[in-house]
Amino acid sequence: MYTKDGTSYFIVDAHVALWDARPENQRNVHGKQFIDCFYDYHRNLSPESELWTYEEYLYQGGERFMKDLFEDGYVDHAIFQPARLGEFYVDGFGQTEEAWALTQANPGKLTYNHNFDPRNGEAGLDQLRADAERFGLKGVKLYTAEWHGDSRGYRLDDDWTRRYLEVCREVGIRNIHVHKGPTIRPLDRDAFDVADVDHVATDFTDLNFVVEHCGLPRLEDFCWIATQEPNVHAGLAVAMPFMFTRPKYFGQILGELLYWVGEDRIQFSSDYALWTPRWLVESFVDFEIPEELTEYPALTENQKRKILGLNAAAMYDIEVPAHLRVADADETATGPRGADRVADDLVGA
Amino acid sequence: MTADSRRADARRTEAWRALDRVIDPELDEPGTDLDFVASLEVSDDGDVAVHLRLPTSFCAPNFAYLMASDAKAVLSELDWARSVSVALDDHHDSAIINAGLAADAGYRGTFGYEADDDLEELRTTFRRKAHVAAMERSLTALMAAHPWRSPQDMATVVLGDLPPGRTTDDLLDRRSAIGLSTRPDAPVMVDHLGAGYVGLDVQLALRRARSTRISIEGNAHFCRGLLRTRYDDPDRTTISA
Repeated sequence: MYTKDGTSYFIVDAHVALWDARPENQRNVHGKQFIDCFYDYHRNLSPESELWTYEEYLYQGGERFMKDLFEDGYVDHAIFQPARLGEFYVDGFGQTEEAWALTQANPGKLTYNHNFDPRNGEAGLDQLRADAERFGLKGVKLYTAEWHGDSRGYRLDDDWTRRYLEVCREVGIRNIHVHKGPTIRPLDRDAFDVADVDHVATDFTDLNFVVEHCGLPRLEDFCWIATQEPNVHAGLAVAMPFMFTRPKYFGQILGELLYWVGEDRIQFSSDYALWTPRWLVESFVDFEIPEELTEYPALTENQKRKILGLNAAAMYDIEVPAHLRVADADETATGPRGADRVADDLVGA
Repeated sequence: MTADSRRADARRTEAWRALDRVIDPELDEPGTDLDFVASLEVSDDGDVAVHLRLPTSFCAPNFAYLMASDAKAVLSELDWARSVSVALDDHHDSAIINAGLAADAGYRGTFGYEADDDLEELRTTFRRKAHVAAMERSLTALMAAHPWRSPQDMATVVLGDLPPGRTTDDLLDRRSAIGLSTRPDAPVMVDHLGAGYVGLDVQLALRRARSTRISIEGNAHFCRGLLRTRYDDPDRTTISA
């Protein structure tokens, strides 16, 4: 919980990882390239006071994880969203056993989501059923640019992925977190295309699709899909730290999301260990849409409370103390929010 | 300065100008402005060697290939160029792309089974987005300059109503690139097929165009920052807010 000026915020960090990118776990040069790319994100978008050394960045371990999130970071509940990256790391990138042990050792604080790869065929379906039972899965994290043998990506609307989503339904996994990354076959088309989210969201209306980093770098396509599909949500992984380095851009992202997607379908995350939650939570509570962006209404306290935790808590049935709750917005399920205000909004541009 | 070195300098400048025509389709800016050219060498005999670089190892390989092959194409058009070599540095697909470029293997020859046909559809998708963003910039600027005009009025604005300048020139370029009319009486607010908008769609289309513009500008900003972090100053730890 974070309290500022008499207002308290229930914090759910909806996208965290316990990763191991140390050289001994790197399978090949791509393992190094991958963590180096993350580290450049970290260096580029962090305030100087929050910078880690490269060594710290490679691996954190459970103790530091718990401290960064729950002692220093105001987090009430965090959700593991592990990327496997088996072609890059010997023992995978996200550390399943360590994360699961931590989840069990800290009841009520952590939710463990796992992942699947539709290219594992029938055997993978059995594994998904077994994983769902072992971990009590409510959600999965899918990285569509995961490499697998000679395949360098898959789509959510592939036949095999659909079969996996049917099993998700069957075993009670309701929340599908999608991380769109580059490289997908065929290379002819846009590698960051989010159209496949649209197709499965239409066909699996009982599942929630949380698109991480709100579809960036295809924010506009994501917004358009989310405005039509009431079960599509925006995860703010990677987008959050723009608040510090690029406040205008962050204001635009948030303004667009609130307009197209709505305040009940946006989820905060630190994307730990890309960044740590403490400064992000503090900065977000203080954040205001920059004055020059007159086309967007001011952020409300309730919007911040929803984004920082209440939305993800609702999706994961996480118990929120009564005094920290806020009512849902009275908004349409689809279509732009406040479409009646559209004319005024545009004049302000 | 000797005649030879003067000639080499002039050729190097010419090569740079040629590279200005290589556009990052996603960011709608020349690679030279984005600092994607790591080095450019022109020998006295007219051998050109270029190294390209990108903000991350995991930038989409199709865009990476597109820019590298475009660079090779524009440099090969220089009549004095005896040989042209283009290499992409530090990318997860550097080996594949560089081998393909060296052998002039083409897109399908470079990526083999991962390539179906060609990258023209991809290029077209992003030219259309670039047009949408340019259209939004022009109309937003017009509304800012003429506050009495309502968003709904934007449906009837024609190219001749736009003020001369960079924003309008950019729009005309983006229209030409996708085959739209550039005549003064052509309506500004059209989709990629030249069809206009009516009724409520006008405001919705403008609002949607804004999100396209924000997306492209934001990506370009982020990519620039990442490239700086990655290359320019390895000791620099953060940028000022």
